[in-house]
Amino acid sequence: MSGDMNVTLKVWRQKNNNDRGRFETYPVQGVSPDMSFLEMFDILNERLITEGKEPVAFDHDCREGICGMCSMFINGRPHGPLQGVTTCQLHMRSFKNNDTIVVEPWRAKAFPVVKDLAVNRSAFDRVMSSGGFISINTGNAQDANSTPIGKDDADMAFAAATCIGCGACVAACKNASAMLFVSAKVSQFALLPQGQPERKQRVLNMVAQMDAEGFGSCTNTGACEAECPKGISISNIARMNRDFIGTQLSMQKV
Amino acid sequence: MNWFTKMFSSSIGQKLIVALTGLFLCTFLVVHAMGNLALFKSDNGMSFNLYTVFMTTNPFIKVVSYLLYASVIFHAFKGLHLIYKNRQARPVQYGMVNGKANSHWTSRSMGVLGTIMLVFIVVHMSNFWFEYKFGYIPYVQYTENISTGEVSGMPYVDEAGNPKQIKKKMEEFVIGDNKITIVKDLYAEVAEEFENPLLVGLYVFAMFAVAFHLFHGFKSGFQTLGLNHPRYNQAIQFIGTWVFAIILPALFAAMPLYFFLVK
Ligand code: HEM
Ligand code: SF4
Ligand code: FES
Repeated sequence: MSGDMNVTLKVWRQKNNNDRGRFETYPVQGVSPDMSFLEMFDILNERLITEGKEPVAFDHDCREGICGMCSMFINGRPHGPLQGVTTCQLHMRSFKNNDTIVVEPWRAKAFPVVKDLAVNRSAFDRVMSSGGFISINTGNAQDANSTPIGKDDADMAFAAATCIGCGACVAACKNASAMLFVSAKVSQFALLPQGQPERKQRVLNMVAQMDAEGFGSCTNTGACEAECPKGISISNIARMNRDFIGTQLSMQKV
Repeated sequence: MNWFTKMFSSSIGQKLIVALTGLFLCTFLVVHAMGNLALFKSDNGMSFNLYTVFMTTNPFIKVVSYLLYASVIFHAFKGLHLIYKNRQARPVQYGMVNGKANSHWTSRSMGVLGTIMLVFIVVHMSNFWFEYKFGYIPYVQYTENISTGEVSGMPYVDEAGNPKQIKKKMEEFVIGDNKITIVKDLYAEVAEEFENPLLVGLYVFAMFAVAFHLFHGFKSGFQTLGLNHPRYNQAIQFIGTWVFAIILPALFAAMPLYFFLVK
């Protein structure tokens, strides 16, 4: 079709976590500018399958920017050249005809490569289960307005809660630090009355788990905030630092 | 582990050490720059030499200076240690990174900038601090006419022109109309050191490192302490940029340049 593009992909191929891995180059022809980046990969994979070769493994699920699965490090940036989008929401019109595009998995000790571009992000799940919840006795939900919440706090809590756990913050950070993710998850509770009873223990546990997973520390470069598809603010990191330091200095338990 | 060691061995706690020591060093830079403005006075170095005596004898300043030495050591060690640990958090590097798309280069170069500063601090301390404390610094004698306020300075020497020494850093007495001050002449040492173009070059270069280190470091320190608030962020950014990344390094760089070019 007229207007179709040709691109050259340099893709990271790695059989499993023990394989050292390497870049392989694939020309992809007849790409519509309106295709998403993942659809372009679908074309490549169909071709590889018909040629009897191993398709490129990559994670994806919703393909509408809400699940956070589509982790790809594209031309040196998580989720590619645009800001505020995931890879599934990136379209080929953001590239030029005959571009060479480098695609790698998230690289972090805490995110081991499963295969090719797919990484294991269960470190995030373990951080969540260490404290990213509120303990309540279930039963009928109480009336929504019985716990009044100030507009500022509600807005900030909502903004923090939009984190989809994609891991772009870790991927973008030169230290592979998970501070933006963890601080978003700490903040969404710290800002709400329901989060108060467990507030102190939560921040201690989640930071301890974050450290145990082998993520780096925070140099405040702001790369995470710039690359986060949901625009999570690093003011959440400051809030978590405040909560952590304040809790350490004020816990009853010695 | 008790809570205290637990706190400071966590990733946030370790950064807290870097931030607290770093911001403390920032206050030192302000005092250091203000005091050294005495170098620009045209009084044969009298105010600078008297200021040096004050800074090396006042008990409060002495306590603070030991805190400073400890801070530099802790700050540099912790900062570099964190960089080493953060490398380990990404054992396999990316083939392609576009860092400038999402962050300022200063924030990604704190270790390099800090290391340049560390080299500078060692050279600087051995040039002046070590010389003053343990090396040989000649004395100068200032004669101030009490009624006119006129000051003249000359080397403190015997009749044959050989340098004389006193036991203390400074001695003051009055003879007739004149107030005599005999003091270690660090000012002359400064003037002599800054005749060396290589040293002047190193000093100016190091001040660029200070500027870029603090361009990121000042505001970063506040963020680490958890002080990020829309009402104050602009002020912190403004002070970090203008005071710590522009005015202070420019003042410091002007000192060697003044001696090299003007004196
Ligand atoms: C007068 C001297 C210095 C001042 C005023 C200063 C100030 C600062 C400040 C305010 C920060 C920000 C702290 C934070 O991000 O929370 C910082 C970070 C840092 N400094 Fe310094 N610094 C000085 C000397 C040094 C030296 C000599 C070194 C090392 C060789 C060094 C290495 C670092 C590193 C590596 C960081 C970043 C740490 C990280 O974010 O992981 N600094 N400095
Ligand atoms: S903070 Fe942003 S970049 Fe990090 S996991 Fe959440 S949505 Fe992704
Ligand atoms: S596939 Fe769900 S966010 Fe991209």
